[in-house]
Amino acid sequence: MDFGLSEEQELIRDSFQGTLSRICELDVVRQTAEAGAPLDENVWGELCQLGMAGLLIDEDYGGAGLGLLEAAVVAEELGRRVAPVPFVASAVMAPLAIGLGGDEDQRRDWLPGMADGSLRVGVAVSEIAAGAREDAGVTAGNGVLSGRALFVLDAAGAQGYVVADNSGGMHLVKADAGGLEQIGLKTIDRTRAISELSFENTPAEPLRQGEGVLQTIIDAGRVMLAADSLGAGEVMLQQAVDYAADRKQFGRPIASFQAVKHMCAEMASELQPCRALVWHGAYTMQHEPAELSLAAAFAKSHVDEVGRFVARTATEVHGGMGFTDLMGLHYWFKRLGVNRAYLGSPERVRAEAARLQGFTD
Amino acid sequence: MDLNDRAEHKVFREEVRVFLDENKHLAPGESAFSFRMRPRNLAEEVRTWQGLLVDHGFTSRTIPKEYGGYGAEVDILKSRIIADEFFAASVIQGLGNQGISMLVPTMLEHGTEEQKQRYIRPTIRSEIVWCQGYSEPNSGSDLASLQTAAREDGDDFIINGQKIWTSGAHIADMIFCLVRTEPDAPKHEGISYIVFPMDTPGIEVRPLQTMTGTPSFNEVFFTDVRVPMANVVGNRGQGWVVANSTLKHERGLLGDANRSLDSLLRVKKLLQNESLDGRPLMENSLFRDRFIRLQARVQAMRLHEMRMITDAGKGKERGLGDMVVKLLGCELNHQLDGLGIDIMGEIGVLYDESPMLRDGGAWQANFMFDLGLIIGGGTAQIQKNIISERGLGMPREPKVAPKAARA
Ligand SMILES: Cc1cc2nc3c(=O)[nH]c(=O)nc-3n(C[C@H](O)[C@H](O)[C@H](O)COP(=O)(O)OP(=O)(O)OC[C@H]3O[C@@H](n4cnc5c(N)ncnc54)[C@H](O)[C@@H]3O)c2cc1C
Repeated sequence: MDFGLSEEQELIRDSFQGTLSRICELDVVRQTAEAGAPLDENVWGELCQLGMAGLLIDEDYGGAGLGLLEAAVVAEELGRRVAPVPFVASAVMAPLAIGLGGDEDQRRDWLPGMADGSLRVGVAVSEIAAGAREDAGVTAGNGVLSGRALFVLDAAGAQGYVVADNSGGMHLVKADAGGLEQIGLKTIDRTRAISELSFENTPAEPLRQGEGVLQTIIDAGRVMLAADSLGAGEVMLQQAVDYAADRKQFGRPIASFQAVKHMCAEMASELQPCRALVWHGAYTMQHEPAELSLAAAFAKSHVDEVGRFVARTATEVHGGMGFTDLMGLHYWFKRLGVNRAYLGSPERVRAEAARLQGFTD
Repeated sequence: MDLNDRAEHKVFREEVRVFLDENKHLAPGESAFSFRMRPRNLAEEVRTWQGLLVDHGFTSRTIPKEYGGYGAEVDILKSRIIADEFFAASVIQGLGNQGISMLVPTMLEHGTEEQKQRYIRPTIRSEIVWCQGYSEPNSGSDLASLQTAAREDGDDFIINGQKIWTSGAHIADMIFCLVRTEPDAPKHEGISYIVFPMDTPGIEVRPLQTMTGTPSFNEVFFTDVRVPMANVVGNRGQGWVVANSTLKHERGLLGDANRSLDSLLRVKKLLQNESLDGRPLMENSLFRDRFIRLQARVQAMRLHEMRMITDAGKGKERGLGDMVVKLLGCELNHQLDGLGIDIMGEIGVLYDESPMLRDGGAWQANFMFDLGLIIGGGTAQIQKNIISERGLGMPREPKVAPKAARA
């Protein structure tokens, strides 16, 4: 048994860490967020140079052909830096959907562009993964889609979409297809774009080998969100510890007050085992695929709960400063908030975990 | 990352399974679960089983042969395989008492050759049962303030004072004990770690009834107890350092993920077997949700343990990852017991020999017992101090000067 990263995986982590610390300072995040841009071009470009967009795409189509564990390592680093780039949908879920569910023509058409970052693809699966709000839903028939898909990840600025219909079929839709409208939504988190898509007899190409793939990409997405939250949570803890060392009240650093120390100790304790859950979730995809859905459910639901706890506690340690825009801590707070809601709330994901284990039907 | 056994470990796992198949029937009948509720039963069959495990290297595996162990090289994965296979077969992997899990590692690290020769072999075979004499009425979390005094008299120490909360003192053959040998030294530097038989004249043991209704810990009074100085382990005055290495072993012992998994599986059985208004509780989405929440935590702890084991095998510094285990594991166990009780509703509060009692009353007993483990071995708050100070590098509490010294 070896429950750890390989040297290559550690190298990937280090190179993303190094690059992100150079190009993705909080100022950059802030500028992108305030401009309402779907991504920072420079950050995106540099990360694509490192192979981020093609991480999971087969070498035959210009990608790196790596696995979900490598993607989780990258997702954690992106979460640490609240990086304003599409990743979960565009670099993980969409390539997996097309790679696993597309036929040869579809893969040739889409994957090479996705691998080099020139083609970005949003993913519309919220109605299946998290449940339908506002009666949204998409129906498919005769090569066209109709209806609405909400909370579409990485949709703004994308050239295409992977769309799940109400019965779990998956489709490829070009952004310039007829009868398609993309409406930007605004969440608390301005580091990643999210949209609504409305379809009116919109031409779409079904993914031809889609059996089981929808669940797989949802599971993969859940693991990525958990990894992102882990990175974000770790940074919030570190910021709280650092701030507490600097800030003085009653003539001493607040870090010497036990109430503050215990808040930090609790955050650290809750975060520590999360990494093992995330890695395991990612590992199962290649090595124990029958376990993926359950492992992803544990990772997502547990890290969601820890994320909420850390987000509020780390903010609290900062006092009034934590509540300011200036401090920027809120970017992590909000990223964690959105990760929790995307692709299934903890309650919903736990209910799925119960079904997966045959506790209920 | 590769969660499969490598070839060598595959073979080893098979060996453990074969041993269990062949010898399982010799294992003491009690499951680990009910075992914890009763005072230690050191009947002959327990000793025989323990001896068999030592001989086959399934307990005390890495203890050198010359001290009665199996003398295997440290292979943390093999140790893990043994633990998992015994767990899967519901067989007790030997006794995990304070002598075996705390005294022996400490002896190995700090003991003289003579002490090792004398004590380790019978301890791992459960021929000597130990108790831990650390806490005193006025020295719990602030253990280093302990006052039990050892005065020199020729080649002996004369010990006077009192210990409290001493688990198993009423059935122990020996005690490992912290006493103050240097009354004038600073508090951490005047302590010695000393071992002596419980039948030494001048020792009085008074069992304390505990909240579970079973006496498991005691007050121990020392009146002019004469102990040879040669019984000090490690250097005189260095007892604090020696004791801390013991506590480290204890903390590892207290957060065992298999123990949590065992509870979780029992909770699951309750959900399936207990009913409310004629429906199995498993159909109740609120209880299901509570169950899955804890299931995710158990899974996190098990995988975390695997990560820690891997890191240890690679010689990596584990630090924070290790420090959190006692805090999280003990809390998790307590919550699992609580969920079990809630699933049963009013049946969950039945106790003693009541009709309708489930699992011999183990749920309530464990709920209390596991709270004891949150307190014992360094309370949750003390764990948080350690995590924040040693793990996160936050400053220690400033010392408050005594009133008289201020002004
Ligand atoms: C079931 C059980 C078995 C035990 N077995 C043994 C044994 O075999 N041998 C032995 O020597 N001892 C044993 N103990 C004793 C145990 O180690 C002590 O109870 C423990 O260390 C706490 O000490 P105390 O009881 O004096 O509590 P106190 O130290 O008085 O603590 C009371 C409360 O104050 C808090 N507190 C104290 N100091 C601080 C601080 N600095 N910061 C924040 N909070 C603080 C504690 O966390 C706790 O909540 C056992 C205890 C139990 C419950």
